[in-house]
Amino acid sequence: MKVCGPTLSLCGLILSAWGVVQLVLMGVFYYIKSVALFEDIGMEEKLDDPAEFYSKAETLYTQSAFNCWIAACIYVLLLIFSAHQFYVNSQSSHSHA
Amino acid sequence: MGSLFRSEEMTLCQLFLQSEAAYACVSELGELGLVQFRDLNPDVNAFQRKFVNEVRRCDEMERKLRYLEKEIKKDEIPMLDTGENPEAPQPREMIDLEATFEKLENELREVNQNAEALKRNFLELTELKHILRKTQVFFDEADYGLYYPYSSQMADPSREEEQVTLLGEEGLRAGGQPMKLGFVAGVILRERIPAFERMLWRACRGNVFLRQAEIETPLEDPSNGDEVFKSVFIIFFQGDQLKTRVKKICEGFRATLYPCPEAPADRREMAMGVMTRIEDLNTVLGQTQDHRHRVLVAAAKNIKNWFVKVRKIKAIYHTLNNFNLDVTQKCLIAECWVPVQDLETIQLALRRGTERSGSSVPPILNRMDTFEDPPTYNRTNKFTSAFQVLIDAYGVATYREVNPAPYTIITFPFLFAVMFGDVGHGMIIFLFGLWMVLKEKPLAAKKSTNEIWNIFFGGRYVILLMGAFSMYTGLIYNDMFSKSLNIFGSYWYVDYNVSTIHGNGNLQLDPKSMYVNHPYPFGMDPIWQLADNKIIFLNAYKMKISIIFGVAHMLFGVSLSLWNNQYFQRKTNIYTEFIPQVIFMCFLFMWMCILMFIKWIKYSAHNEDIEVTPYCAPSILITFINMCLFKKGTPLPKCPEWMFPGQGGLQQLFLIIALLCIPWMLLAKPLLIIRGQRKQHMPLTNSSNHHAPGTEPENTDLESQTVALPHKEEEDNNIGEIMIHQGIHTIEYVLGSVSHTASYLRLWALSLAHAQLSEVLWKMVLGNAMKMQGWAGGIAVWIIFAFWAVLTIGILVLMEGLSAFLHTLRLHWVEFQSKFYSGLGYTFQPFSFEVILESAAQNDE
Repeated sequence: MKVCGPTLSLCGLILSAWGVVQLVLMGVFYYIKSVALFEDIGMEEKLDDPAEFYSKAETLYTQSAFNCWIAACIYVLLLIFSAHQFYVNSQSSHSHA
Repeated sequence: MGSLFRSEEMTLCQLFLQSEAAYACVSELGELGLVQFRDLNPDVNAFQRKFVNEVRRCDEMERKLRYLEKEIKKDEIPMLDTGENPEAPQPREMIDLEATFEKLENELREVNQNAEALKRNFLELTELKHILRKTQVFFDEADYGLYYPYSSQMADPSREEEQVTLLGEEGLRAGGQPMKLGFVAGVILRERIPAFERMLWRACRGNVFLRQAEIETPLEDPSNGDEVFKSVFIIFFQGDQLKTRVKKICEGFRATLYPCPEAPADRREMAMGVMTRIEDLNTVLGQTQDHRHRVLVAAAKNIKNWFVKVRKIKAIYHTLNNFNLDVTQKCLIAECWVPVQDLETIQLALRRGTERSGSSVPPILNRMDTFEDPPTYNRTNKFTSAFQVLIDAYGVATYREVNPAPYTIITFPFLFAVMFGDVGHGMIIFLFGLWMVLKEKPLAAKKSTNEIWNIFFGGRYVILLMGAFSMYTGLIYNDMFSKSLNIFGSYWYVDYNVSTIHGNGNLQLDPKSMYVNHPYPFGMDPIWQLADNKIIFLNAYKMKISIIFGVAHMLFGVSLSLWNNQYFQRKTNIYTEFIPQVIFMCFLFMWMCILMFIKWIKYSAHNEDIEVTPYCAPSILITFINMCLFKKGTPLPKCPEWMFPGQGGLQQLFLIIALLCIPWMLLAKPLLIIRGQRKQHMPLTNSSNHHAPGTEPENTDLESQTVALPHKEEEDNNIGEIMIHQGIHTIEYVLGSVSHTASYLRLWALSLAHAQLSEVLWKMVLGNAMKMQGWAGGIAVWIIFAFWAVLTIGILVLMEGLSAFLHTLRLHWVEFQSKFYSGLGYTFQPFSFEVILESAAQNDE
């Protein structure tokens, strides 16, 4: 079934391939608690107790990691869909020519 | 090789071709594409040249081919493009080609004419068919109402009131018997109906009755193939006068009228006849179409080939038109620019041409001496050509001048990357470039007409290198989509205890106690990403780097001018321009760079002596400004005034020497020229005195020769002009080296802007999604990532990339090339079938 045109499916293909690679990697970096991503875990309140701080940070890191992986999974689905659309489009254009 | 560094050595040649062999020889040269012919009859207009007839015949053939091509495209028949390159056919084959094209064109025209006539016929019949069908309804109504108005009045007085009162009563009174009504039926364009109706009503004072019905299916206009909607109408009226009037109006509205029998039986019979005729016509039309298709398919197989052949013939005759005929009319004389290296190849091609034409007299290729500047010919391949284009866009190199293109291959992507340093963005560009390079052949075969795509594709190797270099500088800056990569582990560590951290908002890491005292192995330490003073630190670093690169780049440009001077034997230029230029640049700006290195090496937090700790490290910019203003430094308490003893004196000496270079550049060359001219004048006057009276004619001959030489005239330029020229040159260099050095700061500025923009994009867009709590965050990340990716491509890669590209281009054109490049040449445009066919193909689309 054809839903997207050739250009849109190509864009989806590139975007989702990029998304899968980057988001899986970012998930890994969150999972190993990369300091560079500390600004992006949404640690707002100031905690005085170091133990509390660490446990809070850890949950946030894991949460972000899973969020990234969820997004990556959706991109895998988009990738499959776009690839299928791309294939359909290339088939129909071949039969035309 | 070696021709990448300088343009090819060219020579002007005279070519004698035997008339019979000329065509074949020129054809061979066209395949070779190494010879630029000069027009030897510039005063003769295009219609008076020798081969104007042949050129005209080629034009005619081209027109026919274009007509064929148009028809083929209309039928959407694929044209076979094998990419083969047939040789230019012999002149006698031209007649065959002409005959073929003539036949094809005539056949096609005839078929088209027939098809059009048939279609017109078909349209008429279809319209008639519709009329018969639609009017049947009207007649059925009329059986009661109109045809016999008297009875209609009886049958249904309320209906058609107008007609009834109009015709019924009076008609009865007049004749006492039913009136005989006439009618016309026809077809008209649907949009004309309202106007038509109004016109009829007004012109006939309401004495006619119009009925109309729409034809649902659109009809095809035979002349242009458009689909049009039409309506059937029928008009009832009384009397001949009205009839002529109605017919006139119909004519005026371009309605087609069809005869419509009055009796129902006749109509039925006619409808049957029309149906059979339509069917017959359909078969004939189908056969005509088939025939046309067959003709076109056969033509489509060869059309590209024919185009190539015809264009080659035309190009050859066009070139032959530029030749001179000698007195005996037996041979053609041509003048051409030829690369010296390829003389052998050209000779071989000429010999092949002679053999092919069966002529016995070999062509003669003579080298000629000339004072004209030869064209600039840089041999390029697919890799270097894009860089050569960048250079040529500024100005084509003067003949045999140093060509900046080979250096640009490295410096261009590098300076671009300094401004565009980001591993992520670099990788996007790199992958795009890599894809274009790997898919080179299929992409090139597509021959896209999209201008932007063609620019990208033409510069694919530039893009590839720019991407690779950007990844490298991105690693140095440790930036990947504004995040740092902690590959080796930071070399800084936090040594504060918990209470200190709790007590203070911002803490600085002291390099003395919290740094392992040797740098991160490659590029920036990733810890800087989290530091508040990151920008301050990076600015200091990037500014210094930009100035160092800039001075190196400019000094390199100046040293290329030495090579130019040596090559062109301009020895005085070396002493009067090159040496003071180098001294000026080195003693001022390279000195500033050296100060930077001294500062980097000498001062360290680990030093015990306070004089070499960061506390006492001077600002290089302030030091440099003080040096130029002959001012003393204002050191902090307990610090020495200079970085090393004797620096003050040394700097003053440097500055004085650099300033002395200005009058040196300004005056030395004009003075030398004046002295040289005085020396020249002396022997000239002497020699004229010594001439014996008998040699007078020779002398005038010599003089007339010298007038012909442009070089001699130049030397007679008056001193004022030389002084002004040298003054401009000097001011340009002195002011230029100041402003150009500052101009290289754009490397820092753009790099800063790029880094900040990508950081803002991350924080404002992707960061927000990442911070989202709970599982809905996954969906948010999915959506916002797409948004972020599009913005990254659009703003950071495309727009920022374009701006960095333009700044790099400027740094090369202005800052670098102004040091050595004059760019006053003109390009070598060889007679080449390849170029001619390509440009013709592009014009087609």
